[in-house]
Amino acid sequence: MRKLIFGLFMTVLPALGLAAGGSVHLDHMEPDHTNEASLQRGAALFTNYCMGCHSLEYARYKRVAEDIGVPVDLYEENLIFTGAKIGELMKISMDKDLAAGWFGNAPPDLTLESRLRGESWIYSYLRAFYKDESRPLGVNNAVFANVGMPHVLVDLQGLCAVKPTIGESASVDPLSGNVRGGEACTQWAIEGSMSSAEYDRAAYDLTNFLSYMGDPVKVERERLGIYVLIFIAIFFVFAYLLNREYWKDVH
Amino acid sequence: MQKLIQWIDARLPIVEAYEKHMSKYYAPKNFNVWYFFGSLAMLVLVNQLLTGIWLTMSYNPSAEGAFASVEYIMRDVQWGWLLRYLHSTGASAFFVVVYLHMFRGIMYGSYQKPRELIWIFGMLIYLVLMAEAFMGYLLPWGQMSYWGAQVIVNLFGAIPVIGEDLSLWIRGDYLISGITLNRFFALHVVALPIVLLGLVVLHLLALHEVGSNNPQGVDIKKVKDENGIPKDGIPFHPYYTVHDMLGVGVFLFVFCAVVFYFPEMGGLFLEKPNFEPANSLKTPEHIAPVWYFTPFYAMLRAVTVDLFGLPAKFWGVVVMGAAIAILFVLPWLDRSPVRSIRYKGWLSKIALAIFVVSFVILGYLGIVPATPGRTAVAQLLTTLYFLFFILMPFYTRMEKTKPVPERVSG
Repeated sequence: MRKLIFGLFMTVLPALGLAAGGSVHLDHMEPDHTNEASLQRGAALFTNYCMGCHSLEYARYKRVAEDIGVPVDLYEENLIFTGAKIGELMKISMDKDLAAGWFGNAPPDLTLESRLRGESWIYSYLRAFYKDESRPLGVNNAVFANVGMPHVLVDLQGLCAVKPTIGESASVDPLSGNVRGGEACTQWAIEGSMSSAEYDRAAYDLTNFLSYMGDPVKVERERLGIYVLIFIAIFFVFAYLLNREYWKDVH
Repeated sequence: MQKLIQWIDARLPIVEAYEKHMSKYYAPKNFNVWYFFGSLAMLVLVNQLLTGIWLTMSYNPSAEGAFASVEYIMRDVQWGWLLRYLHSTGASAFFVVVYLHMFRGIMYGSYQKPRELIWIFGMLIYLVLMAEAFMGYLLPWGQMSYWGAQVIVNLFGAIPVIGEDLSLWIRGDYLISGITLNRFFALHVVALPIVLLGLVVLHLLALHEVGSNNPQGVDIKKVKDENGIPKDGIPFHPYYTVHDMLGVGVFLFVFCAVVFYFPEMGGLFLEKPNFEPANSLKTPEHIAPVWYFTPFYAMLRAVTVDLFGLPAKFWGVVVMGAAIAILFVLPWLDRSPVRSIRYKGWLSKIALAIFVVSFVILGYLGIVPATPGRTAVAQLLTTLYFLFFILMPFYTRMEKTKPVPERVSG
């Protein structure tokens, strides 16, 4: 038995090492693929602000519309700008070679971004832009240093004048009583149309949508998993009884 | 029905085969939990073959289309996500059960006379399985698929004189490309599975010729009843077929929990960089093979000195190859008069414990990036790994063993 536990330990041990990796502090983001309202807001934000440059080329419009609870005709009218048909892949018309010339690198496809970098990374990244005149586009990012992407959501968030603090939860300084952290940006160069809390929610929704994008079958998979495990558990009971019946005369 | 069987049996000895391998194959009655993993390996093999065949129906083995076709399977093919997760989780599960199966063999001396050939066939299965897994890992054509294959194929380049040409010949190109992908696909779905199945048949035929070992290492054929049936043996079918179903139940529960809830296993079964398409111009920050290769990868990296005018990389490859090769001669290294660890002396017990701990920690070190401190630990553990084998002829002979009972007791 001890060796069995050891065997299990052997398979789990390396995961601890992976969990310890990563040097950048991130704000935690817990996706919820059952929150359709959030996914719908995320889809709207993505289509309006991101999809000019970033494709979702492994996903199809119709599947997305159905999964996030938007009627197909409504989706077609409001969230498809390329003239694509509802059953098509979510490609964009920007030429990758030209884009590489404009930004240094072609903007990547984001279908699997949440699985490549993780939800917390995306959520933190979207809230980590700040003003930096030394960069060609005048902005930098606290999570992705020297990123080639402009701050597309500047109208909503505004632009932080100083490097925002990411990955630190709010704490009260015991001596002065001042609140430290929590609020990522302390000084604004440009004011946005959203309050800090509103923008955090927008970043959450966008991240949630990309999280769904990376793993669209998650809700269905986890729903089915229960039945599969219950079936196997019942199978085990019968297997156990059958085995006991056969083995009762073996001594 | 009876007539049909008679008709066939007159032309093909199916009744004899059934009796030899199932109803009159007498296995020791004292198998414990460690004896589940052989049948479980068979179960996983069937899972890999079936899901693999269905994946092949929708997969596109080209550099342009491979990555997108995997996502097509995950999104557009009905139940494609399930087939793919069963296959990717099955690959890791295969190594989990095979490692535990091999550990059982080492622990109970199952490789000892007269079962040397079973062990050799088993080792060949392990070797082919590694090749199969390595080539299968290239097929999704993600960043880690690509760079993992690049690193491993480049290892052949370390061999003096012929190395560069050899790795060129394996790749079919100057770097990993669509040509490599195509040949790995052919080997992964046709050539290696055929070899694997052939070896499994040989493994089982050899086993059924000499009979199974057991946790006590008692030879059950020594004590037979008047009909020539071992007194401590029971027919494989129905006793062990119903018994193995228990193992199947527990295994499937854990396996499906992973498939449905943790298919990436925190980046161990599906590595994160593999969610980005292969890019020959962009090397990932940290290239790590999948967990089941990492003990050997750590040994490769542990060798840091140039020797006899040959680079350290070459000696790393030699060490890695030797680490696997030495397992083949295990039956001739063990000089103990007893099989099972239960009756061996404390030297064997300590040696086995050190061996297992070394292997596991090496597995961990192979995943994380190397630092000077970690490399030093890996060097120590690699030495311990080899000492387990090299010193085996001595410690198994000089230690005091306990007497093995005549009959099995549990």
